[in-house]
Amino acid sequence: MQFAVLMGFVLAASSPLLNRWFGERTSLLLALFPAFLAGWFFSQAPLVLSDGPQLLEWSWVPSLGISLSFLLDGLSLLFGLLITVIGTCVLVYAGGYLKGHQDIARFHLALVAFMASMLGLVLADGLLTLFIFWELTSITSYLLIGFNHTDIEARKSARQGLFVTVAGGLALMAGLVLLGIASGSWSLSEILQSDDDLRQHALYAPMLICLLLGAFTKSAQFPFHFWLPNAMAAPTPVSAYLHSATMVKAGIYLLARLQPELGGTAMWVTILSVVGATTMLTGAFLAIHHTNIKKLLAYSTIMALGTLTMLLGIGSEYAMTAFVTFLLAHSMYKGALFMVAGILDHETGTKDVTAMGGLRSVMPVTAVIAFVAALSLAGVPPLFGFIGKELMLEAALGAERIQLLLVLFAFLAAILTIAVAAIIALRPFYGARHETPQTPHEAPLSMLIGPGLLAFGSLALGLAPAVLGADALLTSAATAVAGETLPVSLSLWYGVNVALIMSVVSLIFGFLLFKRWDSVRAQLARLAPVMRHGPEAGYEGLMNGVVRFSEWQTRLLQNGYMRNYILVMLVVLIALIGNSILLRHSPQLALSLDVRFHEVIVVGTMAMGALFATISRSRLGAVVSVGIMGFSIALIFILFSAPDLGITQLLVETMTVILLVLVLFRLPRFSNLSTNLERIRDGAVAATMGVLIFLLIITAWSIDQFESISTYMVENSAPLAYGRNIVNVILVDYRALDTLGEMFVLALAAIGVIAMLKLRHGETEGKATDSDKASVKEPYDG
Amino acid sequence: MVKSGTIILNTAARFLMPLQLMFSVFLLLRGHDEPGGGFIAGLVAAGAFTLYLFAFGVSATKEVLRMVDPRDLIGAGLFFGMISVVPAWFMGQPFLTAQWWTIPVIDFKASTPLIFDIGVYLAVLGSVMGMVMALMEVDKDEP
Repeated sequence: MQFAVLMGFVLAASSPLLNRWFGERTSLLLALFPAFLAGWFFSQAPLVLSDGPQLLEWSWVPSLGISLSFLLDGLSLLFGLLITVIGTCVLVYAGGYLKGHQDIARFHLALVAFMASMLGLVLADGLLTLFIFWELTSITSYLLIGFNHTDIEARKSARQGLFVTVAGGLALMAGLVLLGIASGSWSLSEILQSDDDLRQHALYAPMLICLLLGAFTKSAQFPFHFWLPNAMAAPTPVSAYLHSATMVKAGIYLLARLQPELGGTAMWVTILSVVGATTMLTGAFLAIHHTNIKKLLAYSTIMALGTLTMLLGIGSEYAMTAFVTFLLAHSMYKGALFMVAGILDHETGTKDVTAMGGLRSVMPVTAVIAFVAALSLAGVPPLFGFIGKELMLEAALGAERIQLLLVLFAFLAAILTIAVAAIIALRPFYGARHETPQTPHEAPLSMLIGPGLLAFGSLALGLAPAVLGADALLTSAATAVAGETLPVSLSLWYGVNVALIMSVVSLIFGFLLFKRWDSVRAQLARLAPVMRHGPEAGYEGLMNGVVRFSEWQTRLLQNGYMRNYILVMLVVLIALIGNSILLRHSPQLALSLDVRFHEVIVVGTMAMGALFATISRSRLGAVVSVGIMGFSIALIFILFSAPDLGITQLLVETMTVILLVLVLFRLPRFSNLSTNLERIRDGAVAATMGVLIFLLIITAWSIDQFESISTYMVENSAPLAYGRNIVNVILVDYRALDTLGEMFVLALAAIGVIAMLKLRHGETEGKATDSDKASVKEPYDG
Repeated sequence: MVKSGTIILNTAARFLMPLQLMFSVFLLLRGHDEPGGGFIAGLVAAGAFTLYLFAFGVSATKEVLRMVDPRDLIGAGLFFGMISVVPAWFMGQPFLTAQWWTIPVIDFKASTPLIFDIGVYLAVLGSVMGMVMALMEVDKDEP
């Protein structure tokens, strides 16, 4: 399985190539990947349902206890199925939606990479593995929101989504580390099985707050909800997949995953219920402000995410059942509705529902799909959404804390949601025909399969939940969330109870609201001045503040004069090292002055080089004398029989001189030489630094705390690593991971240098853009 | 700034470059047992191209490099570095464990450290050449 997920990344990387080979059929080809994985999940389901959680172990660095193990239990099975089944639908759909788009390869790449990341996230057993996949979903989401990168709004939205989720990701990392420390294990399965009660732990409160910040930002909970509607700048398949069915549920997944271990405390219940209920109502309320069909759906998704959080907060058995049912129902109908929205946009050329009308006659299939999916959203029997809503209301009624508030909020949200459902299902398809930018036709088959499947899945699951295995799957998922066996048996009819009456009343009110939507919207428009001061304004203010602060500190510290940088660095180093050496160690001079003649010569040459570098009046002269110093060091290495180091030093020195010469040759002669005062200052700093380094070496020499590791390496180099050159064996075998990291550093540095040179190159040719002009000009100085 | 070289430099560069490149490959392959290795070999190869660059200029050097952009070399280097860590996984050993195979006919020790070293070689060569050529190109257009 791990292999399959990693293959997802390989597949993503090779998708541009596949696009070149298979053209328009690539989407279908790539859809085989999630389809295959969905098959795998289905095949594993009986095992998980009968035998409980499965741990798929794959050791990575056993000596550090790091592994790429996957935990497959009811919850991850449910999520895995959602990701792969909806992923298949979305990929097939995207083939039609983006047909002929020039950047479709880039789209496939990011989408498949996201798919693999999301699967990794919900399957990960290790806390750190989970975190890495979590961040990968943020990054791929960023790439997908900003897919139309020529549009400034899309770029801005992508950045906003990234900042909000990644800032939350930082908090999440802190939370996971605290969790690891508190529980003493980095494996979710071990944490969930351990007997320790983390709720009593001293770190519980900070840990929970950090984890919640991560989950709330990712899952667009109030007051972080504003990034999600903006993320609608992404192509519609992305909205359907990432921003309704899967990625935004990652935070919910995390909360559900940790609920058996961390849930149930007063803090958990209060925060989750209040935040969830607030998000639910805010989302539903903001939805009816908008006529843009994608924004309508986005706010209604926020409402659903709030509902899920609230249910986890309530924490009763009913709430857990409602949680898993609502989760499944929402992913299906919302995915379908988003794809319908995409069809409407694609065919009519507008996203404004008030500009559409009477499309039923030209797009009959789309109209039916939209109708069925919207019925599920509204929670009308016999659709699956009805069961979800019934259970949700029941759970709110049974809440132990702040019950009245939760019920009121749930009821209001239900009314608003029904209005939203009616707007989407009825407004574009009924009434008089409107002129639209494009003449609409029925969508191609590839764009109808996905939403059709999901919409009729909602119907089928509603009619026969037990027959289709939903009961068994949800039992398993609810058991994982509750931490104890929790049988789920769904049915459309629970008898006449308060929840049913509330449902019926909300249906009536919701429909009335839909009928008067236009006038209600006009009334709501008056609220605009108040709405402008929402959390998004806070985000903007914060970001502007950060930019202003960095401008201020850049002007203060980065003045572009190399000599100032070096002076600051050296002074700081002197302060730190000097402090440490003089306070903690007392360097002892115990030198045996057993020096050879040739050593004196080499060191003398070095000193001469250094001296000449400081007094030279030409740059080239200074470079060459520094070079002499470097070559002398190489000589020392060779004298002390370290040929590898010697050769490396020699070559590096050569390349450095070449690079310096290439740079310096372009600069004019020294135009202003240092004044005497500056020379004394620089000389003092340099001399102090020199003395300190000397003391440092002496100290390092006299301290002998650890047994040298080199003996081990010398002894084992040939037998274990089959190499006699220890330096090379260290680089490519013993310490290969470090070398790998250094390779990346080197590559990044080189790319940075090339980019900066090309940028300046562009400027001289008069291609400077506005942003280039704002960049700090580096003054030529001597 | 770099004027097309003198006759001596041009002639020497023409002969030295292939020799230097061969030497760099030699250093790369023997690196595990004798002084050498990917880093050193990469620098030697970069030196070879730089010498040629000084003698004949950027466009001639680009022709020698054929269509290979130094930036692609960096990418290829990282790629080799990355794939060399994978085989251990399939053997059920910890990530990055070295794998050794002996190729029978020529009695050559093939190994993941060698693949890794080739990655280092390419990354170093690409980085240095990328920087040098970018500097030279800036230079060329400015009097």
